[in-house]
Order: sequence, then structure tokens, then C-alpha cells
Amino acid sequence: MAAGTAGTNTENAPLMTADGVPLKQSLQRALRQKRRGAFLLTLPLLVFIFIFFVAPIADMMFRSIENEVVGKYIPRTVAALKDWDATSGELPDEKVFAALVEDIKIGRKDRTIGKVARRLNYEIAGMSSLFRSTARRVARLDEGPYKEALIAIRPQWGELETWQLIQRESGKYTASYYLAAVDARFDNAGNIVAQPEERQIYTFLFGRTMAMSLSITLLCILLGFPIAYLLATLPLRYAALLMILVLLPFWTSLLVRTTAWIAMLQQQGVINDLLVLVGIISDEGRLQLIHNKTGTLIAMTHILLPFMILPLYSVMKTIPPSYMRAARSLGATQARAFIKVYLPQTLSGMGAGTILVFILSIGFYITPALVGGTSGTFISNYIADHVSTTLNWGLAAALGVMLLALVLALYLIYDKAVGIDNMKLG
Amino acid sequence: MGQNGSEAFVRFEGVQKSYDGETLVVKDLNLDIPKGEFVTMLGPSGSGKTTCLMMLAGFEPATHGEIYLDGQPINNVPPHKREIGMVFQNYALFPHMTVAENLAFPLQVRRMSKADIETKVKRALDMVELGAFGGRRPAQLSGGQQQRVAVARALVFEPDLILMDEPLGALDKQLREQMQYEIKHIHESLEVTVVYVTHDQAEALTMSNRIAVFNDGIIQQISSPDTLYEAPETSFVAHFIGENNKLDGTIQSVGKGTCKVRLDTGETVTAKAVNVKEKGSRTSMSLRPERIVINPKGKSVPNILKGKIQELIYLGDHIRTRMTVAGHDDFIVKIPNTFGHEPLAEGSTVNVGWESEDCRALDFTEAHGPG
Repeated sequence: MAAGTAGTNTENAPLMTADGVPLKQSLQRALRQKRRGAFLLTLPLLVFIFIFFVAPIADMMFRSIENEVVGKYIPRTVAALKDWDATSGELPDEKVFAALVEDIKIGRKDRTIGKVARRLNYEIAGMSSLFRSTARRVARLDEGPYKEALIAIRPQWGELETWQLIQRESGKYTASYYLAAVDARFDNAGNIVAQPEERQIYTFLFGRTMAMSLSITLLCILLGFPIAYLLATLPLRYAALLMILVLLPFWTSLLVRTTAWIAMLQQQGVINDLLVLVGIISDEGRLQLIHNKTGTLIAMTHILLPFMILPLYSVMKTIPPSYMRAARSLGATQARAFIKVYLPQTLSGMGAGTILVFILSIGFYITPALVGGTSGTFISNYIADHVSTTLNWGLAAALGVMLLALVLALYLIYDKAVGIDNMKLG
Repeated sequence: MGQNGSEAFVRFEGVQKSYDGETLVVKDLNLDIPKGEFVTMLGPSGSGKTTCLMMLAGFEPATHGEIYLDGQPINNVPPHKREIGMVFQNYALFPHMTVAENLAFPLQVRRMSKADIETKVKRALDMVELGAFGGRRPAQLSGGQQQRVAVARALVFEPDLILMDEPLGALDKQLREQMQYEIKHIHESLEVTVVYVTHDQAEALTMSNRIAVFNDGIIQQISSPDTLYEAPETSFVAHFIGENNKLDGTIQSVGKGTCKVRLDTGETVTAKAVNVKEKGSRTSMSLRPERIVINPKGKSVPNILKGKIQELIYLGDHIRTRMTVAGHDDFIVKIPNTFGHEPLAEGSTVNVGWESEDCRALDFTEAHGPG
């Protein structure tokens, strides 16, 4: 080394290349070029992921707390309400009513008052009609006192609840969507209380989604394990055929598969016909296999089964038959060898399959919507409902974020318990 | 092999094995192994040796014939009741268990007490000098250490018979040689019966009491290592064990223990008649490269041929010489690097000679040249 390069006589001096540049610097330069190339290659994907994955999720998260409608479209009322003590038990003074009348007049002209009406209606039913009918009649209201005039139009303006709601929801951000998502709300004093029982639905739905997903995952393990074992142990010729059968559902559209199950499972469907024909059930006693939990369980297990089989198969393929043989030669029965030696080695694949199937099923939408009826629908169906029908995007976003958090939490638990590094996917 | 003794601990009797119902992988196997012997099944891949081992272990049923263990027929005994320890080619150490748990497995299966298991595991680990490694996973051990654990696990429940299926195949040369001695010593000190499968002839020669050479589903020869090398009975064995020069010819006459063979190039040589038919039939003769003399003096040996030196390879202790003799251009002679040996030059022609005793006339085979 020292023979070739000048200035490296002392042992601690940095190594130099032949032309005197420090070796580290030279290496950095060489690597930088390589790294830049690699980065440029992945750039399109990174941009794609950012635009179509990261950004929408961030937007959704923001929408679940965003609350600018009230402050933006009735700003004078909000400003005037600042000084009002909601717990005083008295209505706001004339100044606030005057500000509201002016806001509504402007809002009616700009066609923005409807947004405020809809936003407040999420919290208390009836707010929408209150704002709309008031807006229609306030145009003729030219001078005060506005307080009595408004109360005369709709007596709700004389109720504390209405003003407390406006004041509470006038901030830029709100927690009310999340409260709604866990079946809670603010009471008039601003405390968090449970929704009245007849309006509690989301915790129940989350629970049902979890329970159904768990059942589907267990069914997938029970059905998928033997198939994966066959795949891994059959001679290649048969294994290839079996693999095609496993993958076939992947190549068919989800919608087609689900509707096929409708044809199979409905009361006049193939399975019921067959059972009647064989005489197991009577014609009057046809089974209700669809538009309930059973339908969702059957169809989703079928659809998600490959996600269990493939990771299991990829792990089983790597377990040489000599392990089982070794266990048997050491004195273990077939069953014991299987439980003590084979099964533990498939756990990494089973874990991967479990987390895949569970996470996929927890967010499943099409299948429960088509075959789930009312008792077999998932939380995602309600999210979709809020997005497309009730247009309560804030609540939809809050539910979505909670679903995401749930999945992440499960992922972390799995990581702690099994270790994500041990996971084997296909 | 003819011993019909009741003392045979392991006994194959007319065993045949076919996987597809069309070809026999093992053809009529008869083999007696007395207690305490180290027997190696040696042969190229596909010769049926591993299949024999698997039948003995119980993982493959014999298609025909009976296998006896300690006098009892075991064809219908499942593998876990045979009490046979086995060391696998890839060791088959359970990756999800520690070394100690691996060793404890056969003992737990036998419902031994915790204290017994602990002492036995410790003793077995000490035996293979891995006492401090009980808490490690197999993946944290080197190949040689895994190998030892596999041996210890096969021995820990004190079986009388140990089967080893190419257990050293994955180790490098130096480690392999060291492990050969260790296994040999364990065999000697524990007095267990070992059936060992390998395709490495040096390994077989080093370790075994007897070697059964397999080819094409048949035991070609079963004898002690020295007999196998010095007195092969078939061309296959001569070729498979050690280095061999093959000379093909036609038998001129068969005498008392010897025969005259006319080589394809016209010369006539005298050979020891071992496995030959009548006059006029073809034969392949086997001649070990170290038994050939360069430029023998006068008529000191009965067979002298001309050889043209093609290649000289200096190997330190000897010089490996490839020459053309009687039309074979792969005739190998090992010349010891002693003081004053013949100076040789590539391209020159020399005389090569050998004793009739060293040239064994065997069954004719077209296949395989020397080495």
C-alpha cells in the first residue's frame, strides 16, 4: 500500500488514491452516481405512490377533523358568539341575532348557507330545515329587534341547544366526527356522553367487522392448510394443476365471483336445490344462505383463501421431508411429529397469511355489500354509504382513519408477537 | 455374505424395491450385518443404496422380501417403533428448537423424567464436545457443529443401530476427514451397529469394517476395505474404488488361476483369472497405477508393453504419468518420487511392465475408463 501512494507513511493518515484524493471521498463519489441512478429508476413509482396513496390518505385524515364551514360562512355570528357564556343559561344578546341575520342574508345570496345547514344537521337533526326555512323568511327582516323576530320565525332560535351547537362547532377543527364514530357526542354543556341507545351503531359495526374477519381468517386457516400441504408435497405435475385451481379465482373478477355465489346460495339456488333434491331439507325449509352473515362468511372465505394458501405454501415448500422423517426416527408418532416439528415451522407462513386475510377482510366492501344483506355488512359498507349517500365525508373519514389505526395496531401487535421479519409472503 | 448365522443383527432377505411398478431400484438384496459392525453402502447416485437405508429406517416399504432387525421381521413396524437412530444428509435439526431441545426430543417422546433427560442431553453434548452450545439454535452453529449435534441426537436415546445417510456431504474436505475419525471413534467406543451410506469411496475406506458396493440395484461386492481395493471382483468395483487402468481384450486360454488375454492391439498378456468366462469371450482387465513398473529390467515381470508418455503431472510425492498403452491413451502410471527414479520426458516411449497377479481379468464392460 505504502509503496504506491505518497503521503501515507504514518499509519493513521487517511488512505489516498493514486492521485492524492482521499479514498473515502473517491468512494463516495463513485457510490453517489450509482445511488442517483437507482433513485431515478424508482422516482416514477415514488411520485405515483405519493399522489395516489400518501396524499389521499393525508387528505382523508385531515377531513376527519376539518371543520371550517361554520366559521367561514357565518363569520359574524361566530365572532359575536365569542363573548357568550354557553353555561350561563341565558340566550345570546341582540348583537348575536343581528349578526346571524346578516350572515344568513349573505349566505342565501351566495348559496353557502346550505353548507352550514348540512354541517350542523350532522350533529342535531332538524338544523338543516331550521336554517333553510329561516333563510327564506329572513330576507324580509330589515330591522330589529332581531332576537324576537327570529324566535318568532322558528322557536328553535330561542333554545340554548342551538346556540351552544353553533358555538361548539365554530372552531377550525372538531372532534365530533370521531365522537360520532365511537357512538358518542357532546352534550349541551360540552361534555362527552354516549349516544342514545337507538343511535349507537358504529362500535357494534366495528365489533361485527372484527368478529367476522376473525371467523373468515380461521376458516381460511382450516381450509387453506391442507391445500397448501398438498401443494407442497404432491409431485410437481399434480401440484401445478392444483396451483392453477388455487389461482383461478385470482384471474376472475371479484364481482363475478361474488355474483356466482349469489347464484349458488340463494333460496332457489344450486345448493338449496341440491339439498331439496337429495331430501336433506324440505322445499318449504330452504336455507337462508345469503343476504346474511352466512353469505358473507362463505363468499369472503372463498375469495380470501388464496391469500392464506400462498404464504403457507411458500413456507411449506422449504421444509424438507427429512424433518418429519427425523422426528419419526427419533420415536415420535406421525401426529406428534406433525404437531411438534412440522406445524411450528409453518407458523411464519400462517402468520403472514393470517395478517393478510384479516387486514383484507376488515376493509372488504363489494362482497358484504352484495351478499351480506343487513346482518352481514361491514364497517366499510357504512363508510361508503357516508361517502356517497349521506355525504358526511367527515364521519366517513373518521371511520376510515379508525379502521386504518386498527389495522396498524394489529400489525404492530403481530410484529411484537411474531416479528415481521419472520413473515413469509409467497 | 453366505453366513446364514442367527447372529445377524440386521438382515435383508430377498428385498426388492420398485417405485413405479416398472423398474426395480433394488434388485434382490441379501445382506447380513452382525452386531457392532460398521457397514458402508457405497455406490453412485441412483444405485439403490439410499433406498435400502430408507427401507431399513421404515420410511419406504419393501416391495418384496423381508428385513429383520435383531431377529424380528420389521416390515410392518412403523419407523417410530424401530428404535433406530438416524443422521440425515442435511442433519434435519429442528430449526425452531435449541440444540438441547433437539436432543431432548427423542427422550421426551419416550416420556423420560426431566432429570433423566437433562443428564442424558448433557452427556450426549459432552460426547461431541458441544457442552456449551445447548442453548443455541442450529442456525447459529457451523456446519461441523450441526453435524455433531445430529450425531448426538441420533445416539442420545441409546439405539443399537445407527443409520447415516451421507452425513458428511455438506462439509469441506478438512472437516470431513476430521469428522470421519470422530464418527469412527464413537462407533468403536459405543459398540453400536452403524449402517453408513456414502458415494465417497475414501470415506468408505477410512471408516468401515465392511463396504457393500452398490450399482444398479445390486450389491456388486461386499468385503473389507483392503480386499475391495486389492481384489475387486467386478469391473465396476475395480473402477469405482481407487484409480484403475482398464485394458480390454479377448481370452486366448484359461489356465490354473491365470489366463492369457490378447489385447485389441495384438499384444498378449497374462492376467489373474477372476471373473472370466471361456476362451474367446471378452474381458476387461484391471490394473492399479501404482503396481506398474517403468522400464523393468529384462524379464523381471511377465508382461511388458510399450508406452508413449503423453503427459507428466508433478504431484510431489509421486509423478502421475498419462501414456498411451495398447491403444488406450488414458493409461495412468504413478511413479514414486524416489531417489534416482527414471527421468521421463513427454513424447518419449518407455516400457511398462507388471506382474500377472496385479492384473485382474474381470467381466467385460464397455463403460468408464480409468479414474
